Amino acid sequence: MEQRLRDHTKRPSDGARSRHMTAGLLRSEVRLFLRDAPSATFTLLIPALILVGVGLAIPGMRGTVSAPGTDWDGLPMIQTFTPSVLTMALATPALSTLPVIIANYREQGVLRRLSTTPVRPISMLAVQVTINLAAFLVAAILALLMAALVFGSPAPRQLALAALTLILGAVAVFGLGLLVAARAPTGMAASGMGMLLYFPLLFLAGMWTPGPLMPEWAQAIAIWTPPGAIAQALNSAWFATDFPALQLLVLAGWAAVLYPVAARMFRWT
Amino acid sequence: MAGTPVIEIDHLRKTYGNTVAVADVSLTVQEGEIFGILGPNGAGKTTTVEAMVGLTPIDAGRIRVLGLDPHRDTMKLRELVGVQLQQVRLPARLRVGEALELYASFYTNPAIPDELMDLLGLADRRRTAFADLSGGQQQRLSIALALVGNPRIAVLDELTTGLDPHARRATWELIERVRRRGVTIVLVTHYMDEAEHLCDRLAIINHGLVEATGTTRDLVAVGRDTTYLIRLPEYVTGELAARTVLALGDDVRFHSGVLEVTGGLDTLAATLTTLSEAGIATSEIRTRSLDDVFVDLTRTS
Repeated sequence: MEQRLRDHTKRPSDGARSRHMTAGLLRSEVRLFLRDAPSATFTLLIPALILVGVGLAIPGMRGTVSAPGTDWDGLPMIQTFTPSVLTMALATPALSTLPVIIANYREQGVLRRLSTTPVRPISMLAVQVTINLAAFLVAAILALLMAALVFGSPAPRQLALAALTLILGAVAVFGLGLLVAARAPTGMAASGMGMLLYFPLLFLAGMWTPGPLMPEWAQAIAIWTPPGAIAQALNSAWFATDFPALQLLVLAGWAAVLYPVAARMFRWT
Repeated sequence: MAGTPVIEIDHLRKTYGNTVAVADVSLTVQEGEIFGILGPNGAGKTTTVEAMVGLTPIDAGRIRVLGLDPHRDTMKLRELVGVQLQQVRLPARLRVGEALELYASFYTNPAIPDELMDLLGLADRRRTAFADLSGGQQQRLSIALALVGNPRIAVLDELTTGLDPHARRATWELIERVRRRGVTIVLVTHYMDEAEHLCDRLAIINHGLVEATGTTRDLVAVGRDTTYLIRLPEYVTGELAARTVLALGDDVRFHSGVLEVTGGLDTLAATLTTLSEAGIATSEIRTRSLDDVFVDLTRTS
């Protein structure tokens, strides 16, 4: 026993070991993410496919916006869809994939088993957030490529604002997903709760009534929700020159509330 | 058996709200033995082992595992103690070989996954996903994961629940093999035959209290002598039995159709002779098993 204990003091620094363990877990979970083909396809490809599908199949989408005096005037309708599709690319991994996998792992006891090893179960949380953030980035890039290649959609007029919105938006929407993950007792429950948020929030993000088409009353509600605020701030970044201060404040506010609440409510078992 | 204590629990107490899960449990596990924690469902067995490995905070008592306090030196302990919890699964699509390699990467000085797969008879399942394994194979993988860190102590909770008799036997053999590699094993079970077959020493827990503790042989035999249980035919009434029993002496008891005789083989022979002379045919003779001890001890509930 003496020998064993001494061996422990000889190991590389705890930080290095912990990074090594987390890297192994990340590799394994990425493999499992890709092995779940339907879910991976949905998360990575659906935003791009919906963008192309809507653009090619819905006749009105090939027309131009007629809204004299606004920044939208004269834009091809499909181009105004880009912010909504990006918001969907974010909401899908955050609200439909992340909470389900965490709740499944809690239900199956995967988190409990991890807690019996030298790995802290919070590493699993970090790994899943990382994977789903990466999935968002891939889905967003694919959607933007399609928008540019198929419909000639432009880059945002305010690039830095677009980046800031996506970062702040990702923090807020992943916070919402983690809140669902914190307590959902089963994967099924997490899936149900996630969907209950997903579809109304996508409506407010303009999936069915992009930018200029959204009714005033819906816009007034949307601004207070994370996806609605993201879509509106992205609209400004893409097509206008104003700074959407209120929308960004709303996102920061959600983030400030969601993480402490999720952390307090989170159950490992 | 070296006899060095590797686990010491003194007056452990743990409550959940108003529910007392563990009222007062003390026990000592020695190096190299298979120690059984036996008790009915809800007796406090799992809470005891979860406290033992630092997974559950405790209300009172003192626990030392390999000299470490599991609630303070938790990370050190994780390297030295492998745990197999009940009802714990793996991601459905994770394959056997991948799971072992992943969990091996968590430890400073892990076992070699290939050797473990051989030891546990999983070598031909290396590329099989967890969800496609049989119950017995899933259980063996669980044991393999508890051993992959090369632990000094393995804690195995409800090892064979839900396994068919053949898989149970195979699992028992495996535990023996693991012990021969020098690993101390703490086995939690509610199966008497499992404890009797595998364990060197036992603690019987009921209502959060240790009802009995000692070597399996002592608990079963109660002293040097063996206790024989002789089932008498149904027509033997209490009155007839009482007369016969009285004639046999002090070492004999009779209740609910069963004559209990404690002593050596000569005592048994004398008893059978007396019964035969009284014209009573015996339908079954067996030795007292842990089952009987267990029922005796927990009957009060």
